[in-house]
Parts: sequence; C-alpha cells; structure tokens
Amino acid sequence: MKITLEIWRQAGPGTAGKMVTYTQDDVSPDMSFLEMLDVLNEQLQERGEEPVAFDSDCREGICGMCGLVINGQAHGPQVTTTCQLHMRSFKDGDRITIEPWRADAFPVLKDLVVDRSAFDRIIQAGGFISVNTGAAPEAHAAPVQKAKADRAFDAATCIGCGACVAACPNAAAMLFLGAKVTHLGELPQGQPERDARVVKMLTQHDHEGFGGCTNVGACADACPKEIPLDVISQLNTDLRRSMARGN
Amino acid sequence: MATQTVNLANAKARRTTVAMKLLMALTGALFVFYVLMHMYGNLKVFAGQESFDSYAHHLRTIGEPILPYAGFLWLFRLLLIGSLVGHAYSAFYLWSRASGARSQRYAVRAAGAAAFRSKAMRWGGVALLAFLVFHLIQFTISKVNFNGDVTAASIGDSPYRLVVASFQLWWVVLIYLVALAALGLHLHHGVWSAAQTLGLTTSPEARTRAKTAAVFIAALVVVGFALPPLAILFGLVE
Repeated sequence: MKITLEIWRQAGPGTAGKMVTYTQDDVSPDMSFLEMLDVLNEQLQERGEEPVAFDSDCREGICGMCGLVINGQAHGPQVTTTCQLHMRSFKDGDRITIEPWRADAFPVLKDLVVDRSAFDRIIQAGGFISVNTGAAPEAHAAPVQKAKADRAFDAATCIGCGACVAACPNAAAMLFLGAKVTHLGELPQGQPERDARVVKMLTQHDHEGFGGCTNVGACADACPKEIPLDVISQLNTDLRRSMARGN
Repeated sequence: MATQTVNLANAKARRTTVAMKLLMALTGALFVFYVLMHMYGNLKVFAGQESFDSYAHHLRTIGEPILPYAGFLWLFRLLLIGSLVGHAYSAFYLWSRASGARSQRYAVRAAGAAAFRSKAMRWGGVALLAFLVFHLIQFTISKVNFNGDVTAASIGDSPYRLVVASFQLWWVVLIYLVALAALGLHLHHGVWSAAQTLGLTTSPEARTRAKTAAVFIAALVVVGFALPPLAILFGLVE
C-alpha cells in the first residue's frame, strides 16, 4: 500500500508546530498503525532526520498510553486504541493526517506526545478509596448486587487514554470523570467518600482548564472501551445529591 | 490513600461547571413548560376571535382579587426574565470555557453530528435570543402592525386581529418559520440534554426514552406553532 502521511511536528512544549508530509510506499495491510510509524521513524533516522515522537506502551489496548487523532478521529476509524488499529482499515493511496490530542489541559510535549498528568491530578483529587493496608478483607464480606457489580466493572474499563477529551468539541473530560465516579460509586467501598469525591474531582477538572459538557456524545463514540454516556448522567446525579447535602 | 492527594478543602459543588449546567437545565425545563403553554394559547386562534381575545384577557385576571390586574402575568414574566438571564449566563460561561479549552484547533475534523449539534445549540440559541427581541417588540411591547392593508382602527385592542393582520404577510411568516426551525433544533438537543444533566438518564433504556421525548416535544412545538401562521397566510383563518 502507498500511504501519504501528514503528521504534526512540534519541537517542544510551547513552540509552534506544523503539519509535515511524508510518503510511505510499502505499507503492509497487516501492520499495526504504530508499526507503520516505527518503519517511518527508522527511515527518518537513516536519513538523519528527527524521528516522530509518539506515545505507546503495552500495544495491547489496555494501558491507555497511545492515542493519536487520525483523520480527525481519536484513535482512528475503529472502536479501539491506536495500537490495535491496523493498516487494513485504510486503502491504498489514502492520505492520513495524524495529530496529537488537542486540549490546553493536555499540552503537547513533542510532536504527537501530550502531557496527560492533568488526569493524574484529577484522580489524586478524589478518584480513590481510603482503606487500611495489611490483611486483605474476605472478598465476599461485602455483598454487591450483580447489576451494580457489572456497571462498576464496565465503568472501570476506562484506561484513562484521554480520547474523550480529544473528541469532545469542548475538550471536556466528563466521560473520564463519569467513569471513575460510577465505578467507585456503585460499590460499597466507594460510599464513605462518595459525596466529597464528585465535588473534588470536578473542581480539579475545571481547574485544569477542561471545558464543560454539552451532552453531544462525541466522547462515548470515540471511547475505545465503549464507556456509555450514562456515566456522565451518573456524575451529574452525584454532584446534584452532593450539593443538596451541603457540599 | 492515593500516593499523593490534592488538597481541595474549599471545593464547593455550586462552583463547578456541572452546577452551571444544572442551572441551564432547570431554567430550560421552565422554558419548555412555558413554550407548550404558549403553543396551546396560540392554537385558540382556530376557535375564533372571542375565544382568543378572552384567553389573552384572562391571562391578566388570573389570581384576582388576591393579586392586582396582570399581577400573576408579571410574576410569571419576572420568573421568565430571571430564567433567561440564568440560561444565557450559563450558556455563555460554558461557551467561553470551551473556546479557551482548545486554543490550537485540529487541522482535520471528522464531520460529526456532535460538532453540528454543538454549533446549532449555541448559534441557534443566539438566533432565538434575537428573534425573542423582535417577537416581544412586535406583539407585546409596541404591538406593531406591519400590514399596510389593515388599519390600526380596525385592529383596536384585539390581539386576535393583530395576529391575523401580521401573519397575512409572507415575510413575517417566514421569519417565524426560521425561528421555529431554530427552536426545534434547540429543543431536540436541549430536552435530552436537560434530562442527562438532571441525572434522569443513567441507563440505556432511560437514555432512549429521553431522546424519544426530545424528538416528540421538538416536533410537537414546531407543528403546534407553525399551524396558526400558516393557516392565516393561506386564508383558513380570517
């Protein structure tokens, strides 16, 4: 396959970047998207040019490290992470644009690599439960309804990749927040800190400079883990209840 | 404990963007109720002049003698004005936040329905605000008659005659139809959005119900409001 790539190149944080065009003449449809970029980087290095910086880690679709906006879609045309996207999703002769996640709360570090530590700070603000370490309690000591356990588990599949922010027209992280609030809020262990959690996480979210939600659903469409939009409704519910209780 | 925690001792629920959206959803819900009542009143045009004019008069005598003449009407108007301020304030606040959240735009944007809905909501809202000013001047504040064929004397103080004279003009009807299209789009997203913000959509079934309700209310309002002007324009109501 012959592919034309337009890739965002930016030397460092705060510097101006631009789209640069590269051509790849011998792309196998069986290559993963990141392997195709690996090949490009080898060629660039052979030519003595700076390779394209991009994030990846497990390349198994579970760590949430990789994330590129491909032809205007976060993680590209398939419902999966960028690392699990293969070149068979494209046609011979295609022109593919690759950009980093665009959000002021996710500043570009270099080329396609963004700093997502805003998510870490949101988790640190309230996305946890406080337990004593030491002897683990008996797993069946606190019964959980099947429906709640399932919903918590589905929400817990969020890998924090940031595709929701990248896809959102407002650059909001509400799907991420909703997933965390739903995951912990459905379980007995999450109850003591539930009211405080939603307020603290939202406050940190707003402080980081993410936008507000307009319920358009672009986040859920882009989510590689198919987190549904109803977790945002749960987030709104938790906030409303917390506010009614004087938080 | 998380390895490190952020100290947010002063975090308040009412200062979050979700609280802003709650304000928007609640004021929006009031507008939905008001628009439906307004539509019901408009349809009285089909019941004739006496029915329509006495309805308009009764709006001013609701609550008498406890309230003065037009007392209830003014209380309700104040509530609407307050809600409009809250609705627009939260909208512009969230709009400006969103503009500041992505200063470097994407070079390529997948043509998505989401982006269209976002734009339709904001610019449609601004268009509705502009229409509201025109509409209030035309029928409430100045009671302007644009129809040169109908004299002021023949209209007198009859709201019915003013409405009929106004919608005999094609361009007035056109303005209202454009505004209705904007209102329909606004309700189509807004009703669903309010349900989501108020936390009524925490399951896939509830989400489908809210989306269906939004389509139904939007269609009902567009049809219900479009009927009287079109009937007048085509001479079915005189």
